[in-house]
Amino acid sequence: MAFRYEVRLSGSGGQGLILVGKVLAEAAAIYDGLNATQSQSYGPEARGGASRSEVIISDGDIDYPKAENIDIMLALTQEACDKYVVDLKEDGILLIDSQMVTNIPKGNYKVVALPIIQSAVERLGKFLVSNIIALGIITKLSGVVSEDSVKHAIRARVPKGTEEINIKAFYTGIELAGNWLEKHGSL
Amino acid sequence: MDYLYYLREDKMPHIWCDGCGHGIILKSILRVIDKLGWEKDDIAMVSGIGCSSRTPGYVDFNTLHTTHGRAIAFATGLKIVKPNLHVIIVSGDGDATAIGGNHFIHAARRNIDLTVIIYNNYIYGMTGGQASPTTPVGKKASTAPYGNPDAPFDISRLAQAAGAAYVARSTVYHVGKTDRYIEQAFLKKGFSVVEVMTPCPTSYGRRNKEGNGVEMMMFQKKNSVGVERAQKMSEEELQGKIITGVFVDKEQNNYLQRYEEVIDKAKQINQ
Amino acid sequence: MEKKTNPNVRMWQGNVACAEGAIAAGCRFFAGYPITPSSEIAEVLALRFPVIGGNFIQMEDEIAAMGAIIGGSLGGAKTMTATSGPGFSLKQENIGFAVMAEVPCVIVNVQRGGPSTGLPTHAAQSDVMQARWGTHGDHPIIVLCPSSVRETYDLTIRAFSLAEKYRMPVILLSDEIIGHLTEKIEIPDPSTIEIIDRKKPTDTPENYLPYKMDDSDIPAMANFGEGYRYHVTGLAHDETGFPTNDPKKIRAQMLRLNRKIQRFRDDIVEVETFNTDDMDVLVISFGSTARSAKRAVINAREKDVKAGLLRLKTIWPFPDKEIEALYKPVRKIVVAEMNLGQIAHEIEWATRREKPVVRVNKIDGEPITPNEIFEAIIS
Repeated sequence: MAFRYEVRLSGSGGQGLILVGKVLAEAAAIYDGLNATQSQSYGPEARGGASRSEVIISDGDIDYPKAENIDIMLALTQEACDKYVVDLKEDGILLIDSQMVTNIPKGNYKVVALPIIQSAVERLGKFLVSNIIALGIITKLSGVVSEDSVKHAIRARVPKGTEEINIKAFYTGIELAGNWLEKHGSL
Repeated sequence: MDYLYYLREDKMPHIWCDGCGHGIILKSILRVIDKLGWEKDDIAMVSGIGCSSRTPGYVDFNTLHTTHGRAIAFATGLKIVKPNLHVIIVSGDGDATAIGGNHFIHAARRNIDLTVIIYNNYIYGMTGGQASPTTPVGKKASTAPYGNPDAPFDISRLAQAAGAAYVARSTVYHVGKTDRYIEQAFLKKGFSVVEVMTPCPTSYGRRNKEGNGVEMMMFQKKNSVGVERAQKMSEEELQGKIITGVFVDKEQNNYLQRYEEVIDKAKQINQ
Repeated sequence: MEKKTNPNVRMWQGNVACAEGAIAAGCRFFAGYPITPSSEIAEVLALRFPVIGGNFIQMEDEIAAMGAIIGGSLGGAKTMTATSGPGFSLKQENIGFAVMAEVPCVIVNVQRGGPSTGLPTHAAQSDVMQARWGTHGDHPIIVLCPSSVRETYDLTIRAFSLAEKYRMPVILLSDEIIGHLTEKIEIPDPSTIEIIDRKKPTDTPENYLPYKMDDSDIPAMANFGEGYRYHVTGLAHDETGFPTNDPKKIRAQMLRLNRKIQRFRDDIVEVETFNTDDMDVLVISFGSTARSAKRAVINAREKDVKAGLLRLKTIWPFPDKEIEALYKPVRKIVVAEMNLGQIAHEIEWATRREKPVVRVNKIDGEPITPNEIFEAIIS
C-alpha cells in the first residue's frame, strides 16, 4: 500500500513557512519522483496571525490534500502550536522552537525542542533563514525526502544571491537534528 | 456627401422623436467620417442603453449595442484586440455618467484611444423622462416631480479632471463647431470626449416648459458662451449658460503605447 | 551539480494551471479585477502575456472586466476573466449579454464562502446555482468543475473549446482549495491538446447572417473589422442581428439558443466513475470535495461496504443521464458538497426521489473530510 506522510508547518505569517512547504513538496515531487501536494490556510493579513502550510507526500495518488493525521508538525509560535496541534497523530513528532514555544501541549507526541530562531540569528546572523533551518531539521527527522533533493529544491526556489546562506541554514538544521538524535537516541 | 452610403436605410425610420437633436449629432459624425475618408470596415461603433445608444443600429459599420453603461468597457476590449479599428462610443448623459460613470473616468485616466460622443439631453428619454446626473437642480423629471434635488455633473469638466486627452462641448445648434470638435477627437490618439447638448422636447422640454425642439435649439443659440469668454465671466453671469469649446487638447502616451513599453520591458527581462 | 529532472513536471497551484491552460488554449486577452482567491490567475497572465503576444488589462471593476472580454472576443481573440463570488455576482448581467449575443468567452470563478464578502480566503462550492441561473432570462450555460491542478489545466482548455464550438460563455467553477493547492502536474505535449476555434463565415459579407437558422444550430461568427459589418445587441434579435419584436422570430432564436446545449449535451457532459460496477452506495461529488469522496469510497471498500463514486466534471448541463444509468441498483445516494445541497437537490429530481439522498454539507470554510463522507456511507 502507498505510504502517506503529512507535514504541517505553523507559525505566524511572514515566517516563510509557505516557501518551506513548497520547497519540501518540490523536493519530493520533482527531485525524488514522489507525489506531493502543498496547501496553506491563511487569514487576510500578510504578516502576523497564526498561519499554516501543509505538505502531503506519497508514492501513490493523493486524494484528500489536507493534513488530518499529521506525522510531523513544526510550530514556531506558541499561538500556532496551541491552535494547530490538534491533528498531530499519536506518536507524531512535534518540532518546536525551544524559545518561542514554552508551554508544550499535553499529548502522546515525541517533542523535539530546538533553538531554531536563535541558531539563525547567532550562527548565521539572519533571522530570516529560521525557516530553512527548520526545513533541515524536518528533512533529517522525517527521512521522507533525500537531503540532496531538498538542497536542489532550495537552490531552485530561493531568491538569487541567497542560495549559499540558505544551504548553510539547511545544513545547520541537519546538524541540529543530528545532535538531537545522538543525544536522545532514535525517535 | 451621400449620407445614405453610411446608413442602414432599411432600419429607418429611427426611433427618435420630432424635435430630438440626436439625428443632428449623427449627421455630424457621418460628415467627419466622410471627410476623413475612413472605410466603413475599419470603424466600430459601440453604445450602451438609451435613445443615443440606438445610433449604432442605423449605421453601416461594425456595430455593438451593449448593456447599460458598459459601452466603454466593451470598447476597451475590442480596441486592445483590434488596435487598427476606429472605435467610437456613443452614449447619453445617464448611460455615460450614472451607471457607466466608473468606466468613463477610468478610460480617461487610462487614456485609451477611444472617442466618446455624449448626447447630453439632461434626461433619461427612452425610459420616460427620469432625472439624470446632468438634470439641473430644480428642473422637473418624472422621478423629480417637485423639482430635482440633486446637483448635476459637468461632464466635460469630469472628463478633464479624469485625464482625458481631448475634451470639447458643443450643441446641436452649433453644427460647425460640433463637426470640428468631432474631427479633432477622432484624430486624437488618446481618450477623447465630445459632449453635445441636444434637446429632448418630449421628456424634458415639455415637463419644464421649454418648448419644442426648435425653441430648445434657440435657447442653445442664445445661452451658449465660448470657453474663452466664459473665463472672464462671474459665476452669477454663467448661471444657466452652456459653456462650449475645447477644454483639453493635449498629447500624452495612450494605454496601448504604454503597453508596448511593457512588452519591450518584459521581453528584455525574459530574454 | 545539476540534478536531472523532467522539465515538463512542475509543482503548480491550481490558479497557475488555469492561467497556463488558457495560454495553451490560445487565449491572448485577459481582463480582470483583483479578488481573492482568484488573483493569481491575473498575476500569472500579467507576467506571461507581454512576452507571448497577449494582452492583459486590469480593469476598473468586475463589470468592466466582463465587458472587455466580450469586446475582445468580438475582435476575434480567445478571451478570459477570473473572479470569485462577489465579482461573479457583478458580472452576471454581461454574462447574459454573452449568452444572448453568442460571444465565446471563459469566466473563471474560484469559489469562496458567501453570501456577500463571506470568507475571502476559504473555500466553498456554493455558486452552483448562481453559475446556472445567475443572469436573468431563460438561457443555456456550460459549467465545468476541476478536482485537481492537472484537471484545472485540462478543463480550462476544454472551456475554451466548448465556448468556441458552441458560441457561448463557459464557466470554469473552481474553488479555493483547488485554486490554491500546489500539486504535481506533468504538462502535456502541446501536439496532444485538442484546440477548437470558432466557425468562420463562408458566406460573402452581403449574405452573412450572424444568427443564421440552419441545421447546425450554431451560426458562424465573423470578427469585427474583417469585412463583415454586422450588428451585435443584447436585445432580442433576428437572424440579421438586428432587434425585432416579431414573436415568431424571437421564439425561433430563443429556442435555437437553448437547443444548442440540449442537442449537444452528450459532447459537453463529462463525468468520471470509480468503483461503481458492483456498488450499493453511490457517492456523488465534484470539485475539491470529490477528492475527499474518493478517499471515503476507498476507506468504505476496505470495510467491505460497496461504495462507488460518480464525479461530475461538468455540472451544467446537469449529468442527469449519467446518474440515471447508475442509481437504480443502489441502496442510497450520498452527495457531498460545500453548500447546503444545491447539487443534491438536482440529484433528487434526476432520481425522482426513488432512493434516499444523504447530504454531506459544510458551509464554514473548512473542507469536507473523507471521514465525514465515510460516516454517511456506512450509516
